[in-house]
Amino acid sequence: MSWDTVIGLEVHVQLATKTKIFSGASTEFGAEPNTQACAIDLAMPGTLPVLNKQAVHYAVMFGLAIDAEIGKESAFERKNYFYPDLPKGYQTTQLEKPIVGRGNVEIELADGRKKNIRIHHAHLEEDAGKSLHEGDFRHGVSGIDLNRAGTPLIEIVSEPDMSNAEEAIAFAKKLHSIVTSIGICDGEMSQGSMRFDVNVSVKQSGSDTLGTRTETKNLNSFKFMEECIAKEVERQIDLIEDGGTVLQETRLYNGDTKVARSMRSKEEANDYRYFPCPDLLPVIVTDETIEELRRNLPELPDARQARFVEQYSLSVYDASVLSSDAGMSAYFEIAAEKSGNAKLAANWTMGELAARLNNEDTSIANSPVSAEQLGGLVARIADNSISGKMAKEVFEGIWAGEGSADEIIEARGLKQVSDSGALEQMVADVLAANQAMVEDYINTDEAKRKKKLGGFMGQIMKASKGQANPQQVNQILAQKLNELL
Amino acid sequence: MHNLTIAELIKGLQSKQFSSVELTQHFLDRIGSLNPAYNAVITVTAEQALKAAAAADERLAGGNAPALCGVPILHKDIFCTNGVRTSCGSKMLDNFIPPYNATVVENFETAGAVVLGKTNMDEFAMGSSNETSFYGPVQNPWDTDCVPGGSSGGSAAAVAARLAPGATATDTGGSIRQPAALCGITGLKPTYGRVSRWGMIAFASSLDQGGPMARTAEDCAIMLSCMASFDDKDSTCIDREVPDYSATLGQDIKGLRIGVPSEYFSEGLDPGTEKAVRAALAEFEAQGAELVEISLPNTGLSVPAYYVIAPAEASANLSRFDGVKYGYRCEDPKDLQDLYSRTRAEGFGEEVQRRILIGTYCLSAGYYEAYYGKAQQVRKLIQQDFEKAFESVDVIMGPTCPSPAFKFGSKGDDPVAMYLEDIYTIATNLAGLPGMSVPCGMVDDKPVGLQIIGNYFAEARMLNVAHQYQQATDWHDLAPQGVAS
Repeated sequence: MSWDTVIGLEVHVQLATKTKIFSGASTEFGAEPNTQACAIDLAMPGTLPVLNKQAVHYAVMFGLAIDAEIGKESAFERKNYFYPDLPKGYQTTQLEKPIVGRGNVEIELADGRKKNIRIHHAHLEEDAGKSLHEGDFRHGVSGIDLNRAGTPLIEIVSEPDMSNAEEAIAFAKKLHSIVTSIGICDGEMSQGSMRFDVNVSVKQSGSDTLGTRTETKNLNSFKFMEECIAKEVERQIDLIEDGGTVLQETRLYNGDTKVARSMRSKEEANDYRYFPCPDLLPVIVTDETIEELRRNLPELPDARQARFVEQYSLSVYDASVLSSDAGMSAYFEIAAEKSGNAKLAANWTMGELAARLNNEDTSIANSPVSAEQLGGLVARIADNSISGKMAKEVFEGIWAGEGSADEIIEARGLKQVSDSGALEQMVADVLAANQAMVEDYINTDEAKRKKKLGGFMGQIMKASKGQANPQQVNQILAQKLNELL
Repeated sequence: MHNLTIAELIKGLQSKQFSSVELTQHFLDRIGSLNPAYNAVITVTAEQALKAAAAADERLAGGNAPALCGVPILHKDIFCTNGVRTSCGSKMLDNFIPPYNATVVENFETAGAVVLGKTNMDEFAMGSSNETSFYGPVQNPWDTDCVPGGSSGGSAAAVAARLAPGATATDTGGSIRQPAALCGITGLKPTYGRVSRWGMIAFASSLDQGGPMARTAEDCAIMLSCMASFDDKDSTCIDREVPDYSATLGQDIKGLRIGVPSEYFSEGLDPGTEKAVRAALAEFEAQGAELVEISLPNTGLSVPAYYVIAPAEASANLSRFDGVKYGYRCEDPKDLQDLYSRTRAEGFGEEVQRRILIGTYCLSAGYYEAYYGKAQQVRKLIQQDFEKAFESVDVIMGPTCPSPAFKFGSKGDDPVAMYLEDIYTIATNLAGLPGMSVPCGMVDDKPVGLQIIGNYFAEARMLNVAHQYQQATDWHDLAPQGVAS
C-alpha cells in the first residue's frame, strides 16, 4: 500500500521590537534570568497591558509580504491555562479576529518546481517565559525565567499544503527569508527567534479523507524538522500497517537525542476558555498606515533574486542562494560594489565566507570579515594583484583581525609580480640554471612537451616565492622555450 | 474637626485654623479609638501620614499648595500603595507589598492628600455586605448589627463614622453606590474610562471603575477632580480633559428632565425606601425639575448578565494568584498541581471561589455561547435602553438599593438574594455609565440612598444636581449616634 503525507506548519516568529508586546521591558536575548521582566511581565496585581505599536506594524508588514488580507480591526483574547512560566495564568493572543488573514507563500523545490502554500492566518501574541528543569534545577525544583515572557510573536498558521519534508523545509526557509528580509525578525533560530510546530498525518494515496494528525511542537532547526517529519511519517505508517490507529496528540522531538515522544493526548488537552481581553481595545489599522507600510516595505526575496540576476548577471542559482538570506544579500551587495566584480564577490560570499561562518557556527551578522573587507580582497584578486591561492591566505589574515586585504598584502609582501621585465628575467634565470631540463624539453616529442612546462613553472613560482603572476609566467616561458627549438 | 467637610477642611488648612499635622493626628486618634467597633480600616499608616502632613504644612505655609494639600483620606485596599500592604481583603495578598502606586494613589499624592491607611473590603471586591473580607466584616456605624454594604464597605463606614472626610472606592456592580446608600454618605462611580485602573486590582476589568466617597457631592467633586486623569498605562482610560467639577456646582436645575424608570419602583422595593426616594424626587420637582416616566425594559436581565460577565472576567483575572510569584503559597506542595490547588483553595475565600467556578464554567467549551455570548448580547440591549432614555431625559433617578442595611448573616446562605442587592446599580456598570448615590432619607433609623445616573461623562451635571439637592436638604449631615461628638 502507498501513502500520502500531509503536513501543515504553525510557525512562531519573535518580532524584533526593542520592547515587549505589552510592557516597556527589553526583549534583548541572553540577559541574566528575570532581569528583563517588569511588574507587567510578572503579572503583579493591578498592572495592565499597553500594546506595542511596532509589533502591530511588523505583523502588518508580514501580511503585506505574503499578499494577505490585513485585519483592519483585530482583537486580543485571553487563552487560559495554568503554568508557572505563564505569569497571568492566561496568554494574550488573537483568535476570532487575527491581524493577518489569508495569504500565499510560493516555494521553489530542488527540481525547480514551484508550489503555492496557503496561509490560513497569522496572529499577534505574547511569548511565555521559560521553565528550567535541568542543571541547578532538579529534584523537584524548577527554575522560572520570565525574561522571554511578553516577547511579541506572530504565529503563522499554514494550510496542510505540504506533502513531504522537502516542501515543509522549503516553506520554513522561505518564511525565514521573508521575515528576515523585511526586518521583522532577527532569524536567529538557535535563540528561538523562529520555532516550528509541525502537523503531520498520512492517508492512503489518492484518498480524500485526511488521516488523524499529530502535532510536534517547538522545533527550532530545519535539520531537526526534517528528521522529525521523517520519523513521524514512518511511525504513523508503521502503526497503521500493523493494524493500529494514530492518536491525535501533541508530541515532542529532541534533536540532540533524536528521540520523539508523546507529550499529551487529545483527552488531556486544555479547554482554553478563550474570551475577548477586556484590558485591550480592538486594534484598528487604518488604510493610511497600511499604505505607508506598503510603500516602505523592504525588498522581498523573490524580487531580490530577480534583481540579482538582472543587475549583477548572476546565475539564477547564485541569485537564489544569496537572496534567500537578508543578511547575506546585504553583505554581498556591499562586497560586489566595493570589489567591482559581482560574480567573484558572489563566489567568495557563498563559498569561502559561508563555509568559514558555518564551521565557526556564527552568523553573517557577526562575521569577523566585513563586507567592505571582503570586497577589498576580491578587488585585489580581480586586478591580479594576488593569486587565488594567496587570496585564501589574505582572507585568513582578515578573519584573524590583521586588517584590510591591502594592509595584509603589503605587510606580508604577497603582492603578485606582474611586471613583464622582471618576470622575463626570472624565467631566463630559471632556464639558465636548469640546462638539463631545457635539453630534455627540446628533445621531447612536440605532443608531450606541454607536460614538461609544469616543472619549469614550479621552479619559477618557487623562485618568486609564489608572487609571480602565473598566467604571465606561462606565456613568457612558452615563448622563450619555443625560441630555443 | 471631623465634622467638617473636605471643602471646609481645605479652607481651614489654608487659613491656618489648624495644621495638617493636627488634623491628621485627630483622625488617627479617631481611628484608634473608634475603628475597633467598625473594623473599617485594616491598615493604618500613622508614621507616613504624619510625615506627609508635616510636608503638607510646609507647602501650605509656602502659599502655593495643591488642591487637597494636607487633607487626610483613606484608600480602599484594592489600590496598590508603594511599600504598604495591599491585600484586596484576601488572605491571598495578606503578605503582598506592591513596589508601585496605583495611578489613583499617585494622583492624590500629587494633590497633596495625606493617606491615613487602607480600608476593609469584600475579598477581591466580591460581595455586597463586606462579609467576605479575610479581615472580618465591617460594622455599619448606624447599626453595628447591620452590614455596611459592599464591596467598598470599609470606605463607606469610615466616612460615615468620620474616621476620614473622604475615601477612595471602586464599583464593579454597585460597590460604591450601595455601601454609600447603606452608610448614609455620598459616592460616585464615574463613567468607565474616566479614572485609571492602573494599580487597582482587577475584579472584572470591563466593569471596574474607581470613584470617590465623601459626605457631600461637593466633596466628591473635589476628590474626582484630582482622581480622574488620562493614563496611558491603562488602555481603556479615555483621553478626555478632566473638568473642574467644583466649578460647575452652583447651577440651578430649572427645566432639568429627570427620568424615573418604572422598573426601579417595582416588586421587591421596600416601601419605606420608595417613600424616601419619591420624596427626594418631589424636592427636585420643587426646584423646577421635570419628572419623566421612562422604561428601561431590560433591567431584569442585568443581574443574570452581570453574573456571567463579571465572574468570567474574574476567573481569568484571578489566575495570576497561583502561589508562584507573590502572595500566599500553601505549605510543602508535593507537586505543581498540589501547589495550585491548595494555594487557591486555602488563599481564596468561599465567595471568590464560587465566582471563579461560575466564570470558568461560563467560558467552557460548549457553554460559551449560551452564557458569555448571550450575556454580551444582553449587555448591548441594556446599553441601548439607556441610550434611548437619554434621548429624552438629562438624568435618571431611582433608589440605589431595594432596602436599607440588612443584618449580618441574613443573606449569607443565599447568594442570589445577595446578588439582587445590586439590581438597581448593576445596569450602569454594564453600560459603562456614571452613577452616584446621595442620602435621601431614613427608614428605621437607617439611611436610604437616592441613585442618580447620568449620560457618559455627565459627572459634572450629576454632581451639580446632587449638590443642589444637598443645599436644600440635610440628610447628608446626619451622623450615626456617637460619631459626631
